[in-house]
Amino acid sequence: MSIDLKAGSAPATVPFYNDPKIRSIAYQVALCIVIAALVYGAATNAIDNLQRAHIASGFGFWDNTAGFDISQTLISYSNLSTYGRAFWVGLLNTLLVAGLGIVFATILGFVIGIARLSKNWLVNKAATTYVEIIRNVPLLLQLLFWYNAVLKALPDLRDSVKMPGGFVLNNRGFFLPDPLPQAGFGFVTIAFFIGIVGSIGYYIWARKRQEKTGQQAPVFLVSLGLIVAFPLVVFLIAGLPLKFEYPQAGRFNIAGGLEVLPEFAALLFGLSIYTASFIAEVVRAGIRAVSHGQTEAAYSLGLRAGPTLRLVVVPQAMRVIVPPLTSQYLNLTKNSSLAVAIGYPDLVQVFTGTVLNQTGQAVEVVAITMAVYLAISLVTSLLMNIYNERIKLVER
Amino acid sequence: MTMSEGELAIAQLRFVREHTLEQEPPPASMTGTIGWLRQNLFSSPFNITLTILIALLALWIIPDLIRFLFIDAVWTGADRDACLEGVQHRAIGACWPFVWERLPYFTYGSYPIPERWRVDVFFVLLGFGVGWLLLLNAPRRDLGIVYCFIVLPILSFILLNGFPAIGLPYVDTVLWGGVLVTIVVASVGIACSLPIGIVLALGRRSRMPTVRLFSVAFIEFVRGVPLVTVLFMASVMLPLFVPEELSPNKLLRALIGIALFASAYMAEVVRAGLAAISKGQFEGAQAVGLGYWQMMRLIVLPQALKITIPNIVNTYIGLFKDTSLVFIVGIFDLLHTIEVSRIDPKWATPVTSTTGYAVAAIFYLVFCYGMSRYARMTETRLGKSERR
Repeated sequence: MSIDLKAGSAPATVPFYNDPKIRSIAYQVALCIVIAALVYGAATNAIDNLQRAHIASGFGFWDNTAGFDISQTLISYSNLSTYGRAFWVGLLNTLLVAGLGIVFATILGFVIGIARLSKNWLVNKAATTYVEIIRNVPLLLQLLFWYNAVLKALPDLRDSVKMPGGFVLNNRGFFLPDPLPQAGFGFVTIAFFIGIVGSIGYYIWARKRQEKTGQQAPVFLVSLGLIVAFPLVVFLIAGLPLKFEYPQAGRFNIAGGLEVLPEFAALLFGLSIYTASFIAEVVRAGIRAVSHGQTEAAYSLGLRAGPTLRLVVVPQAMRVIVPPLTSQYLNLTKNSSLAVAIGYPDLVQVFTGTVLNQTGQAVEVVAITMAVYLAISLVTSLLMNIYNERIKLVER
Repeated sequence: MTMSEGELAIAQLRFVREHTLEQEPPPASMTGTIGWLRQNLFSSPFNITLTILIALLALWIIPDLIRFLFIDAVWTGADRDACLEGVQHRAIGACWPFVWERLPYFTYGSYPIPERWRVDVFFVLLGFGVGWLLLLNAPRRDLGIVYCFIVLPILSFILLNGFPAIGLPYVDTVLWGGVLVTIVVASVGIACSLPIGIVLALGRRSRMPTVRLFSVAFIEFVRGVPLVTVLFMASVMLPLFVPEELSPNKLLRALIGIALFASAYMAEVVRAGLAAISKGQFEGAQAVGLGYWQMMRLIVLPQALKITIPNIVNTYIGLFKDTSLVFIVGIFDLLHTIEVSRIDPKWATPVTSTTGYAVAAIFYLVFCYGMSRYARMTETRLGKSERR
């Protein structure tokens, strides 16, 4: 069988519009033109509309006096402070509720995730019910429920619930004794930091020794002693240098003490409980992803249940758990913006709420708010990528 | 060799069983209810403690819940007096007459009463379309797609918004509310997010650098910010970006925000599905001479979408819950109508809020749980071909 080579050797004549390279360039140029036109149109319209409404533009408002009060401030702030100061107050409030929420959601989520794998029927069903109900009800509804139906329904100031230890609970918030460090408390702080540094050093030493000799050291107990017991002893020796300022119920308000706003408590409850149900699913999937052979192999090497879990199952499960766990943390941080619905002064409530209303500079204010969340997300995903790279399975 | 007398005696005492005994039934403590209880609830001291703790928790919550929802609940009444402890002199649970009276408001919002039949027709049309698509063995599901994505949106718009030419008076979207708005927002989000999401996912995997750049930038930007800020952007910035006379109304702005937000999440779900398709499928499609769009439409996307159905439905569940956030930009969805009604002086009692929230929770729970059950069912059904 012979093939006529000559027929195939004639240079193929593809019309230029069918050349994939030219097509690709044409598409990209077209896309760029469309997007440029959209951006240009939007920008000119925005300038037109802003001029018509006599709204200033630019970030000049940052240094203007804010003129409004914020109910919870972690840094000093008054209504004479600037919008910039208000921004930092809001951002810190967001970070506070997100940070605490992450801690509580993680603890609750891990407990429930493990409970969902329990062989105990009742525990298993209770955890499943929790997850199915909480996951399927919008967070906003849960926040409104906690705020309006639970915390606002607490007794009012006159009938405040007084708990032993100086705690006071009413519909204005939860008041706890404010610890005031006295002279000599500095030693306790120093002892605490020495404890932390000491336990890190001990951990490194114990690890090296184990690698050399195989002997294990009681790292956990020693660290506990160094970080908790040692400062405690110093605290006792220094003569209990800590006083409490107890909340005092007045006629119209409660003076002194640390105040936890009902808005803050509702947001923290809602975020932790909601996110915990998602974390529980992440944890369950992670533990189930470790094959049973790993556990069996560990048992056959003579490890007991505890070390098996700690040394074999958990490190492998963490590889599966950590990436979705981080995205849940990010979700929690982003969801904290729902604070605006119950009036907790977070970044969105302070900035896109009050500041936007006062200045009318929608573009700048929304852009700043979005940039903050975007920065948090991008930094977290960057760290996540580094982590994933480090713990990636090394295969042949 | 002879045996001594003693040995003989021992030999006679030896016993060899010649037939097997009947099997004994397992001990009563290992079977039936008792066995199940021992195995599942009381296997170790730790488990016993857990069981007791959870049982106590259940005994603490469940009776109270039942008492609130049913036993102590008020079933009839005309105003708040029916649900006031001080007036009725008994413990008061849920205040259901409040819900009965407000049910039309929860469903239609302020939609004009003589026109409400239009909303009912819309619900029926939508239910029909959803049923057509969801029942996996319904006939002509390709027509169902045409119906749901082309016929239904046009029909619904004419019905709900009004078309004076055929005798349907115009109803401003400001009057829409309640379940109607929740369903409209969710449906628009669901219908828009999949096509846009697919385009974005394909763009992110494209070989053209600018296409990839714009897709990645859009997806990462939207996924990096909270929905609340996207809605704020849509509601306060969007009107600035278009000429004044074209300025979209409030509901449309929120719809745009929700659709864009959901698309970015959908894009990542679809991308995961595309990544799971083996390279051989792409190469095979190209080898038989299919172009890019043919390859995607006929070979890759059907497989990619099939394996992502559970994740797509999960995204939809998230979207459905997220529709409640339009509340924050002042649109009267179900949650907002409840929030407004519960502080209405006619019904304001200590239990009104909880009753209203319970109604909303049940509504969302039914829809979201239904969707997640459906996703699981589809997963098992589609998984059958994989199992050997």
